[in-house]
Amino acid sequence: MKLKKQMYKVIAATLLFAVSFAFAAEYVSLAFLAASYLLAGWPVVRKAFRNMSRGHLFDENFLMAVATFGAIALGQYSEAAGVMLFYQIGELFQSYAVAKSRRSISALMNIRPDYANVKRGKEICTVSPEDVLVGDVIVVKPGEKIPLDGGIVKGHSLVDTAAITGESVPRELVVGDMVDSGCVVVSGLLEIEVRKPYGESTVAKILNLVETSASKKAKTEQFITQFARYYTPIVVVAAVLLAVVPPLCGWGEWRDWVYRALTFLVISCPCALVISVPLSFFGGIGAASRYGILVKGGDYLQALADVKTIVFDKTGTLTKGTFHVVQVKSKGLPEDEVLELAAYAGVFSSHPVSLSVRTAFAADIEEQAVGEFMEIAGQGITATVRGRKVAVGNRMLMMAQGLEPENVALGGTISHVAVDGEYAGWIAIADEVKEDAATAVQELKKLGVQRTVMLSGDRKTAAEAVADIVGIDVVCSELLPQHKVEQLEALMNCYAGHLAYVGDGINDAPVLARADIGVAMGGVGTDAAVEAADVVLMTDEPMKLATAVKISRRTLNIVKQNIVFALGIKFAVLGMGALGMATMWEAVFADVGVSVIAILNALRVLYFKNKD
Amino acid sequence: MRKTFNLEGLDCANCAAKIETAIRALEGVKEVSISFLTQKMTLEAEDAIFDEVLNNAEAVMKSLEDEIEICR
Repeated sequence: MKLKKQMYKVIAATLLFAVSFAFAAEYVSLAFLAASYLLAGWPVVRKAFRNMSRGHLFDENFLMAVATFGAIALGQYSEAAGVMLFYQIGELFQSYAVAKSRRSISALMNIRPDYANVKRGKEICTVSPEDVLVGDVIVVKPGEKIPLDGGIVKGHSLVDTAAITGESVPRELVVGDMVDSGCVVVSGLLEIEVRKPYGESTVAKILNLVETSASKKAKTEQFITQFARYYTPIVVVAAVLLAVVPPLCGWGEWRDWVYRALTFLVISCPCALVISVPLSFFGGIGAASRYGILVKGGDYLQALADVKTIVFDKTGTLTKGTFHVVQVKSKGLPEDEVLELAAYAGVFSSHPVSLSVRTAFAADIEEQAVGEFMEIAGQGITATVRGRKVAVGNRMLMMAQGLEPENVALGGTISHVAVDGEYAGWIAIADEVKEDAATAVQELKKLGVQRTVMLSGDRKTAAEAVADIVGIDVVCSELLPQHKVEQLEALMNCYAGHLAYVGDGINDAPVLARADIGVAMGGVGTDAAVEAADVVLMTDEPMKLATAVKISRRTLNIVKQNIVFALGIKFAVLGMGALGMATMWEAVFADVGVSVIAILNALRVLYFKNKD
Repeated sequence: MRKTFNLEGLDCANCAAKIETAIRALEGVKEVSISFLTQKMTLEAEDAIFDEVLNNAEAVMKSLEDEIEICR
């Protein structure tokens, strides 16, 4: 509304200004110019007097007023009116651009649910998400946003998680699956039992995080604020000297030098930088959130750009954290049979190894075929399967049976199998490396990360096996959780440059907090991780880290462009003004024109596209 | 205590920077951050004197830009 009113004023002032040139009679044209000046410039003049009376002399309104009054005193009426008009047009355009970018950023963050359909008895009532209680059942129709976190109790549907995870392929979810708020139901009707109040829901946490992110200012942003504090006073002092010193020394007319000084005043606002730099960072944070990357502040976004060392946790970060049979090796019997016998023997066992062997076997197991089941703690199991004696376990179990197991140089857990007193082979069970882990590490190297380190509590062979597949440079294995912080500190001491730690946040909150940049992976699951981390990746993909670094680089590039461009033009015009080569017209362009271009440039960050 | 307030009518980036600098210099202010983009101010001060600090901050803000309102 305010913007519209201001726009009409400026349009009217522009018309008056244009009409003033149509009259040959000086006093008529002057009247139009005066009307144009007052219409456009009145708020500036009013603020100038108010701030002057309060002693704020370096206020841009005050300086603009002085500059135009000066022009009037020198008899440059059309210039005074024109400069004020152009200044206001620029300000208007600036407000418009900023309002637009505010809107596009909030559109990116358009995950806030407006309502929830709660099932109360037979009725369905529409209430605000804040009023839904834990345990309530909500109904979500196709096309609607899921308002609260919960578990599906009825129905199945494709669910679009893009707003939360940045994942473009919808997921098929069925009864029993957990859903995050902010996702959109695509195909079917879902009934969801609410598990968390709105305040603790995924959406509320993300919104809170992004909104507070603007308060953590990047180093460059702080530098610009500092710079702005000195820039204006220095330019003003230079203007005063320019107006007074040369004429006193007898180097020309007072009139010329005062005019040159006035051009200085017009360029004295550091607006272009003060607006465009924070805007770029905020745009970068917005762009990252579209990819399911939450950055908690401009300072972290900046630090990400020149990260030199990346330390990964192994389990859950580079690997999936779920165990699978990776290899079966048999002696004498076919491999399928070894796996089948091991799966049958372990049918009554709940040990993770037995579970993964059964998963790998996949077919149904006839429990009646298994007898004499015995579990030997710390060794394994023995049982009879269709009358054959089967033993599945570690080396100790084999030795106890008087057998010599093969030496296996593989990562993970090795389960040896004996059938009827004969060594029959082994089954290797390991955590699976994530599909994108190796490409992520490669990509990060390409982006200039100097070294990658992996921390693991696992055995040396298992850790090294994973590191080999992924392409990690340094491995620190057999670490107890409490030693991870010490290890990280040692790494920070010996490597220069920023260090980022990537973990799943389950038991590494202290490590996340200690690193220069702590990256928690796998969503806003645990509060401790989100609290301690500086960057939260909403999905489990290590690849997202490379995307984050790219966004950070792009943001900083645009920030640099803006700084160089804005300062370059301003100093050039200041120089030309001092030499009498620039008029107030060029000066006002250097002021507002540059701001507008810098804002438009900053907006490019928002439209970041990941090319790969 | 740390609280975030919406600032209505904050539409000039340089003013936001100036106001932030002025409020930071106030007694009792532990940390303050004004974001021109989100139109928000985050203020941190001791619980006991928080309201007093907030009032002082508002006064300083008004003296610099009288069109800005703190939405409490």
